[in-house]
Amino acid sequence: MSQFAINLLFVGASFALYIGIAVWARAGSTKEFYVAGGGVHPITNGMATAADWMSAASFISMAGLIAAGGYGASTFLMGWTGGYVILAMLLAPYLRKFGKFTVPDFIGDRFYSRTARVIAVVCLIVASVTYVIGQMTGAGVAFSRFLEVPSSVGIWIAAAIVFLYAVFGGMKGITYTQVAQYVVLIIAYTIPAVFIALQLTGNPIPMFGMFSTHTESGIPLLQKLDDVVRALGFQSYTGDNGGKMNMFLLTLSLMIGTAGLPHVIIRFFTVPKVADARWSAGWALVFIALLYLTAPAVASMARLNLMTTIYPEMTGQVDDYEAAAANPIRYEDRPDWIRSWEDTGLITFTDHNNDGRIQFYNDTNPDFAGTEAERGWAGNELVVNNDIMVLANPEIANLPPWVIGLIAAGGIAAALSTAAGLLLAISSAISHDLIKKTINPNITEKGEMRAARISMAGAILLATYLGLNPPGFAAQTVALAFGIAAATLFPVLMMGIFSTRMNSAGAISGMLAGLVTTLLYLFTYLGWFFIPGTNMLANTPENWLFGISPLGFGPIGALANFAVAFAVSRATAPPPVEIQELVESVRYPKGAGMAVSH
Amino acid sequence: MADDKTNAAAYWKANLRLIIGCMIVWAFVSYGCAILLRPLLSGIPVGGTDLGFWFAQQGSILTFIGLIFFYAWRMNRIDRQFGLGE
Repeated sequence: MSQFAINLLFVGASFALYIGIAVWARAGSTKEFYVAGGGVHPITNGMATAADWMSAASFISMAGLIAAGGYGASTFLMGWTGGYVILAMLLAPYLRKFGKFTVPDFIGDRFYSRTARVIAVVCLIVASVTYVIGQMTGAGVAFSRFLEVPSSVGIWIAAAIVFLYAVFGGMKGITYTQVAQYVVLIIAYTIPAVFIALQLTGNPIPMFGMFSTHTESGIPLLQKLDDVVRALGFQSYTGDNGGKMNMFLLTLSLMIGTAGLPHVIIRFFTVPKVADARWSAGWALVFIALLYLTAPAVASMARLNLMTTIYPEMTGQVDDYEAAAANPIRYEDRPDWIRSWEDTGLITFTDHNNDGRIQFYNDTNPDFAGTEAERGWAGNELVVNNDIMVLANPEIANLPPWVIGLIAAGGIAAALSTAAGLLLAISSAISHDLIKKTINPNITEKGEMRAARISMAGAILLATYLGLNPPGFAAQTVALAFGIAAATLFPVLMMGIFSTRMNSAGAISGMLAGLVTTLLYLFTYLGWFFIPGTNMLANTPENWLFGISPLGFGPIGALANFAVAFAVSRATAPPPVEIQELVESVRYPKGAGMAVSH
Repeated sequence: MADDKTNAAAYWKANLRLIIGCMIVWAFVSYGCAILLRPLLSGIPVGGTDLGFWFAQQGSILTFIGLIFFYAWRMNRIDRQFGLGE
């Protein structure tokens, strides 16, 4: 059977499974559509949350980012998991006790204000829409690579599948589909990692393998990797990189952004009890950690594999790295996997010094210029796209074709599950918060269901359109989504729970302050509405305010939000007594069963 | 009613104390051991690198999981102790 047929079989079988589940778990009421009926077991919910959270970026790009960045890229690992500690302790249980359907629902009721509700809807939509574009393009790329269709056709297929199970199943369909998607994606991720860890270190568990001995050279794997990359002018893999403040801020930004992203928060509304919301956050992190603890191992091993493929003499025990570096592989002797990825354009080779060999090194390192001239090298000759680190792994390790089919199904599952979660957050904010709670409070349950399905379909069409015609800023969208969630929704949720004194004026001015400062800072360096060329300052460390990278600005926006909200609320009247009582009641788990029966 | 109020206040205080303790550990392993204090941990070797790197790529995540389960377990006990569970 050809590789194409195997991929088709795996992807087709997984789609049949998702749609089968959606038919079985059709939503019959708004409660089922928004919160899956509210009876999801915490372990099931944890698994669904993990699939919801782990996007195409986690599955495909994260290991590549770590492989390229080494220690510095640890921010992604800590940032995208540490937010669950905040969620479990500061948000999930109280929002579950409050017992509503959406995040703006809490903000609107807690701050007894239609304005606060609408601002929250706007923040939610901006954060979710920017995030969903990346998912749709990610699904398109995965389809075009594995099913050999144009990326635009891939996006349409992805849209059709999400439409089928999200519009009919709502949260109920999405929850059980995400459980299946989690199983597919985690198997797809760990199987190649286990084989590669076995080959390189003899240890089948990747997270231990990365800290054990490299079999062929007899020295620890990470030390070997450091030696190899340093010999070629790259920055040491495990070494400190200096930029501690931005590493700190970016980690914090990703953590509070994670805790503030609405599609993650609403997953905690689906469990029966407050205690279940706490457990469920723990289970979610366990399932996420299975991938996040494996990713750094995949990253370091893939990087070492790549380097020793190009410089075969560096594989075993090396006394003289200088000599080994002088003998890179001949271009004609390159392995098959490099040939097949060259076809996709994700690996490119240019023979700058015409010696027929592949020189792969860091030609931007000024300290390395002397060595470079000495060896007669005329610039780096191999450009490798970070994203292939996970996708090419099975080929690098010579694994059977069915593993590649599995990776295809896993990558697509990761993109689709996150897209579905985001689309649900968007559509429920529109049908519940805008239509039912703001425009037409007299709408019937049936009418609201229809509105929810229509807005879901509309959101899918919009996401498909944006995936097909990505605005110039597609690459910046993650920064925007996290920055906005961190600077607007997270602080206002926190203050809504932990401060009985916080009133509507404070919450509204705080959200606006966080939104405006974050947008201004991002637009200053990345261009107005991300239109290239309209940025007022070049995006370089010398220009940054106090050296803060736009990516790490979320916590500063959150700080502005807290400060303004605090000042304004002290200067205005306290919230009404019944709201203060409501805040008190949110703090105690007793009676959550009652609160859900809205 | 007055008893209910003091009971509830004590429950909330116990909750906050537990949260603060957990958040200190949370910040210590990630921002502390993995980033700011890493130079201090450079003398402790772990599999070809040092303890700070291990905390940055594995240790923090494992600690986070432990923290959430510890919190959930302690809170269940506190819920029962104050009669505020479900």
